[in-house]
Amino acid sequence: MWGYYVVLALRSSARSKALTALVIVLLAFGVSACMVSYAVFRATTSDPLPGKSSRLYVPLIDNIGPSYNYLGEPNETLSCMDAMALWHAHKASRQTLLYPTKWQVESDNPSVPAMTETGDAATADFFSMFDVPFRFGSGWTADDDAQHATVAVISRHLNEALFGGQNSVGQEIRLDGQLFRIGGVLEDWNPRPRFFDLGDDVRPFDDVGDIYIPFTRATDMKKDSTFSLCPTDSQAFDESNWDAYLHSECDRIVAWVELATPADVDSYREYLRHYAAEQQRLGRFSWPPNIRLRNLTDWLTFLQVTPRASSLSILVSASFLLIVLVNVVGLMLARFMRRAPEIGVRRALGASRTAIYRQFLVEAASMGFVGGLLGVALTLLGVWGAGALFEPNIARLVHADTSLIALTVLLAIAATVVSALYPTWRAAQTQPAWQIKIN
Amino acid sequence: MAFTRTFMQLRPIIAALGRHKVATALIVLQVALTLAVASNALFIVSTRIVHLSRPTSTDEAHLFVIRNGWKLGQTAAQIDANISADLESLRHVAGVRDAFPSQGFPLGGFKDDIILRLKLKPDQKTHGQLVTFFASDGHAIDTLGISLVAGRNFRPDEITVSGPNEKMSPASIIVTRSLADQLFPDGSALGKTVYLPDGPAAIIGILASLQGPLKQSDRLDRYTVLVPTHYLDPAGVVYLVRTDSTAMKPVIAATLKALQERGGVRIIDLKDGIVTMAQVRERAYAEDRSVALLMSILSGLLLLATAGGIVGLSSFWVSQRRRQIGIRRSLGATTGDILRYFHAENFLIVSGGILLGALLAFLANLGLMHVYELPRMPLYVPLLGALLLWLLGQLAVWGPARFAAKVPPVVAIRTE
Repeated sequence: MWGYYVVLALRSSARSKALTALVIVLLAFGVSACMVSYAVFRATTSDPLPGKSSRLYVPLIDNIGPSYNYLGEPNETLSCMDAMALWHAHKASRQTLLYPTKWQVESDNPSVPAMTETGDAATADFFSMFDVPFRFGSGWTADDDAQHATVAVISRHLNEALFGGQNSVGQEIRLDGQLFRIGGVLEDWNPRPRFFDLGDDVRPFDDVGDIYIPFTRATDMKKDSTFSLCPTDSQAFDESNWDAYLHSECDRIVAWVELATPADVDSYREYLRHYAAEQQRLGRFSWPPNIRLRNLTDWLTFLQVTPRASSLSILVSASFLLIVLVNVVGLMLARFMRRAPEIGVRRALGASRTAIYRQFLVEAASMGFVGGLLGVALTLLGVWGAGALFEPNIARLVHADTSLIALTVLLAIAATVVSALYPTWRAAQTQPAWQIKIN
Repeated sequence: MAFTRTFMQLRPIIAALGRHKVATALIVLQVALTLAVASNALFIVSTRIVHLSRPTSTDEAHLFVIRNGWKLGQTAAQIDANISADLESLRHVAGVRDAFPSQGFPLGGFKDDIILRLKLKPDQKTHGQLVTFFASDGHAIDTLGISLVAGRNFRPDEITVSGPNEKMSPASIIVTRSLADQLFPDGSALGKTVYLPDGPAAIIGILASLQGPLKQSDRLDRYTVLVPTHYLDPAGVVYLVRTDSTAMKPVIAATLKALQERGGVRIIDLKDGIVTMAQVRERAYAEDRSVALLMSILSGLLLLATAGGIVGLSSFWVSQRRRQIGIRRSLGATTGDILRYFHAENFLIVSGGILLGALLAFLANLGLMHVYELPRMPLYVPLLGALLLWLLGQLAVWGPARFAAKVPPVVAIRTE
């Protein structure tokens, strides 16, 4: 019976070619616009650490006060003093302090010229908290942090460039002229978005850096973050007096804490509030505690990591699909009403209302299927052309896969069937006697 | 005449539409949604086009930027000597018109060392005027291809030396006209003294216009200051180079070669150490271009879809009403009457959609203002959208109406 309905659908489509083609083309465009936008959207809103993002938190403490902060929000990084205080308090099961840096890299390999590479100064838990995969060796230990060890972890990419991809653990490189022992080489690791050290010149869809060294050692080397915000007129600070800089209210350090249960989160928040209140009591802050504790997901939302081009395009293409559906309802209505005589005859010959429903919904679904196939072609075209539509570092994340293709066809069928519901109901209301009498 | 005849027809049209409530409502809804979405999308496009079309006021076609990093361990004096030697060779490369060293460049983006606050009085308690600055020398104006509207250029003896951790206290500065007018609304900026964080400076020149390193902030990017200083940052220096011709590739290669003669002191990233102003502009506005392009394409598709829907439904109505049209024709209606009927009917339906759509458009705009910090949509945007939709509706119904007008009167007495 179902096969017969499909044949009927094909036959009726053949009779009104233009209308059928219009419905199919409209559907294909509506669905593919949505799917291309969705492909970009899922690439830009993906969870960089699935399963863990709800346990990792970014604590913030307002150390600049209402006259310098923006709309009452604390700066997005901590001052060195506050970061060290949180670090020493050790109120979370795991915690890391970090900041992005830039290094001049030299190796003993004379064929590789000196180069500038980026990376992060971090504490030992960095690698375990963020599930960073290792190819050779491992990260450093808390003991290395305490010893201000000259140990470095480098990316697979840098290892290729400097050591030809060999296991380089134990070898040495020079960072800003200082010798470092290589403790580990990372596997390819490029979380999207780059969530852990976002700042003015680290953008969410940039590649991660190539060099990681202990925070304490980087501080000894007077290595500044690539961004820092100071509550001064120029927002800069004289760093030649490094010790004064470390004790200034300049914000530049990102802290992450791992908190497993809601109770842990509450008590950590309470700790932060207590800490800020203490600073107020000591006279360092002249404002009441203004703290934030956001988990990774909320943090990315707060930073508005998803590019506007992406969220706007999903909004507008969803509206486009809605308009297409309204359109398809009208066209389906025309198509089905035109066949009132046929329905009349079928009903008179004993077809039940249910049979009419079934026939017309099958017809809609088959049109949806064809629209979906055309939609897949257009979606692939759109994904292929994403480079022309989106910024390069976002476009390269966009890809088509089986789930996207299946979703395209499913969406097309579901959309058509939904928009055929009312026209089908109208068709099923056809009075057989009335139709037969007229003719 | 035609107008009154059309007007007389309105009552029967409305009566006829009453018999097709659902189909009519569908077109009205579709027009309304289209107007709401398309006018907001096109409004977003217009805000982005404003960004895209904002000039830096420099001679972009002939400018390129070298981001030159210094090898570590060099003293300020060594870096100063490096810069002087580099400039000497840069300015003598064939095809180079002029060059100057700075710490930033137009559209170069935010860094710690590009903003300053200028105060009008040394003891001013409020925050000074936020501005962006370029470290410059006497060659900056010629290199950037900008022009002074008043005052003079820097003299060689005015060029100071400063750095990220050193005081910057030049005796003189050059500002853009936007900034001059902001600081001294009475137009008396030339010769006045303003106060940098580290000391006073006289305004000796006023530039017609120059965009700073930032973009998209409505006025700050026009509040640009040239500071006569060699900015000795141990991390690196930016050389801006203006070429004679637009064929920059050979000149870039030649400058790179000239710099590599003293290659031991520097690191220039081969990937993006050297960028042309055209590339800088493309990267800086990539998001704007992307949004504008996407919204335009989607709006275009939207309008096409709506037009398609109108054609489809109108054709269906015409085929349904062949008998009725035949009767009207045999009672004396001309083909023109039939044409006008369908055009008037379409106008009525689209107008209904536009009324509803304008309301939806403003609601959507309110929502977008909230989420995306968009400005309020001016009234002319939905008005233009409405005109477009009226026109689109009339065009879309033209084919079906012509088809209807061709129905011969004899249809009235034929049973189909």
